[in-house]
Amino acid sequence: MKTNTMLRFAAGALALLGVSVSGAAQAAEGTVVPPHNNWSFSGPFGKYDPTQLQRGFKVYREVCSNCHSIRLLKFRNLAEEGGPMFSEAQVKALAAEYKVTDGPNDSGDMFQRPGRPADAFPPPFPNPQAAAAANGGAIPPDFSVIAKARTYERGFPWFVFDMFTQFQEQGVDYISALLTGYKEPEHGVEVPAGKYYNEYFPGHIISMPPPISDGQVEYPKGADGKAQAPETIAQYGKDVAAFLMWAAEPHLEARKELGFRILVFLLLFAGLLYFTKKKIWSRVEGHAVTH
Amino acid sequence: MSAPSTYVPKSAVGKWFESRLPIMGLLHSSFIVFPNPRNLNYWWTFGGILSFMLVAQIVTGVVLAMHYTPNAKLAFDSVEHIMRDVNYGWLIRYLHANGASMFFIAVYVHIFRGMYYGSYKAPREILWILGVIIFLLMMATAFMGYVLPWGQMSFWGATVITNLFSAFPVVGETIVTYLWGGYSVDNPTLNRFFSLHYLLPFMIAGVVVLHIWALHVPGSNNPAGIEKKTEKDTLPFHPYFTVKDALALVVFVMMYIWFVSYIPNFLGHADNYIEANPAVTPAHIVPEWYFLPFYAILRAIPDKLLGVLAMFGSIAVLAFLPWLDTSRVKSATYRPLYRQFFWLFVIAAVGLGWLGAKPPEGGYVLASRILTAYYFAHFLIVLPLLGLFETPRRLPGSIAEAVLGKGGSAAAVAAGAAQSPNTKG
Repeated sequence: MKTNTMLRFAAGALALLGVSVSGAAQAAEGTVVPPHNNWSFSGPFGKYDPTQLQRGFKVYREVCSNCHSIRLLKFRNLAEEGGPMFSEAQVKALAAEYKVTDGPNDSGDMFQRPGRPADAFPPPFPNPQAAAAANGGAIPPDFSVIAKARTYERGFPWFVFDMFTQFQEQGVDYISALLTGYKEPEHGVEVPAGKYYNEYFPGHIISMPPPISDGQVEYPKGADGKAQAPETIAQYGKDVAAFLMWAAEPHLEARKELGFRILVFLLLFAGLLYFTKKKIWSRVEGHAVTH
Repeated sequence: MSAPSTYVPKSAVGKWFESRLPIMGLLHSSFIVFPNPRNLNYWWTFGGILSFMLVAQIVTGVVLAMHYTPNAKLAFDSVEHIMRDVNYGWLIRYLHANGASMFFIAVYVHIFRGMYYGSYKAPREILWILGVIIFLLMMATAFMGYVLPWGQMSFWGATVITNLFSAFPVVGETIVTYLWGGYSVDNPTLNRFFSLHYLLPFMIAGVVVLHIWALHVPGSNNPAGIEKKTEKDTLPFHPYFTVKDALALVVFVMMYIWFVSYIPNFLGHADNYIEANPAVTPAHIVPEWYFLPFYAILRAIPDKLLGVLAMFGSIAVLAFLPWLDTSRVKSATYRPLYRQFFWLFVIAAVGLGWLGAKPPEGGYVLASRILTAYYFAHFLIVLPLLGLFETPRRLPGSIAEAVLGKGGSAAAVAAGAAQSPNTKG
């Protein structure tokens, strides 16, 4: 209870300063704030939507993975609880479609073999130099934890509210916005050859060409014969961002579930302690004791 | 530790043991029958909370060390291995990372409580200085711990902070070389930081023992800021303060679990999920939130050496607090002017923290300079003068009187007044 008072005080003190000092710097950056999405995994009871993760994985596999590695992810992860929930058989078949370098064998040679569920996703380029050479000098970043490695500044007072509203989705909002952020450059902005203008990218000049177009990835059909979700850039962006969030935080569901149970326990425990404390202290409140 | 042991072992084995090593008697007199001022409020529960956090950090840290690899090529991936493949590794790592922040929240509350109620004054100067030493050790430990995941902010934070030592004339460059174990932040740096990050918490534990020892000589200060005189002023540690501490601890742990379960990366930096890369400097190099006020002080001063001295000085000045504060009244409750200056100081400290996270440009620099000047003025000008000019309110005759009103302990008032004239301002 006291801690809350503290936090509120700290927030109040910050408010005073925020009003008096800031103002100019907020506008200086000029980056567009990515719009908020409704994510199934936000909030205290958030869970990944396996169908969305499967769609996102399809987008990653067919589009992003041509340039972006995801080296910390293993094929087996795709079948684990709290993820895209592919079946073991699907994962086995999927892994076998990839060629993985193994060895050395008994004659001392490295060799290629079909992937197994325990293997990590093989990278698209053998080394960073090859990646840079193929991409106009820019190295496409690895996607393993990118949903946690990207953010934008929330600023005061929003970051204070975020503590209570549990807003933690800056990274995914940014990633999904980035895919829709390709625009004609603002007036007076020079875009160098081989670079592109993106309103959400910090500094706006991005090396990645628009990576995806409407209808490029075919989504699984529902019972009515229509695609499960719209085959648009906006939807691709959301789905692949959700997939990357899971790749970065594969135990998110377990974390939130366990946390809720611990908090319920602690709340009951605190209640019992409160009444115990009251009872014990009632012996001495208001009068002197000798002991 | 100061109270005479009234412990009587019940069993024959207990008697046999106690006559050879009277440790049960020591624990009994320190944590069972120890007489605490009966008026301690919830701000006094943070000592217990801090003890809990130290143990929690050591336990989670020891488990993390079983899975972590302190090598520049492997460290980042080994942390991700913990997050992904170690059973409940994500929980242990998030407990440890957020535990550091909780530790600092608790220590700041603890320090501010000591400042509000004048807990640093005689006869508790050594107790206070030991606390400042613990705070310094905590900062060193936390700084090195943040380097271990070997992300971008680990690497560049380490680069910026270790480089500060190069500002010292003559020995500066040598110190930096020893910190790095080479000529730049690299694998030897990570390796020695891991070693020291494991060592320092045990040194903290050692100083904590001294801190509690020094506490148990005079006993706790209290909201009235007057010493306990008779038995009426006190209550035994158990059950009164064990249950109060336990309640506060559980509420505190709820906040801790909230962070760990729902917003585990709120207090961290996104950049630290990018592996360390000496060739790419992040746009803003920002230390962890608990260093921000000191970082703001560092950057407020245009000269590097003076900035470093000001930063270290802002912590060192705490050690002299018992002599800088000239008032003989301890508690701000009875110091109407000091109470206002205390809150101004808190606002200045929080403001410096906010400025530490902002880029050093324009109005931010000016604001940092004003608040830095105020930070030092609080200790070096306000506190020494305040004791001379402030008229404190009348102190209660005893703790019992403060709690129960005059009728509660008329006898104690007379006795107390005669015993300790040093409590009058």
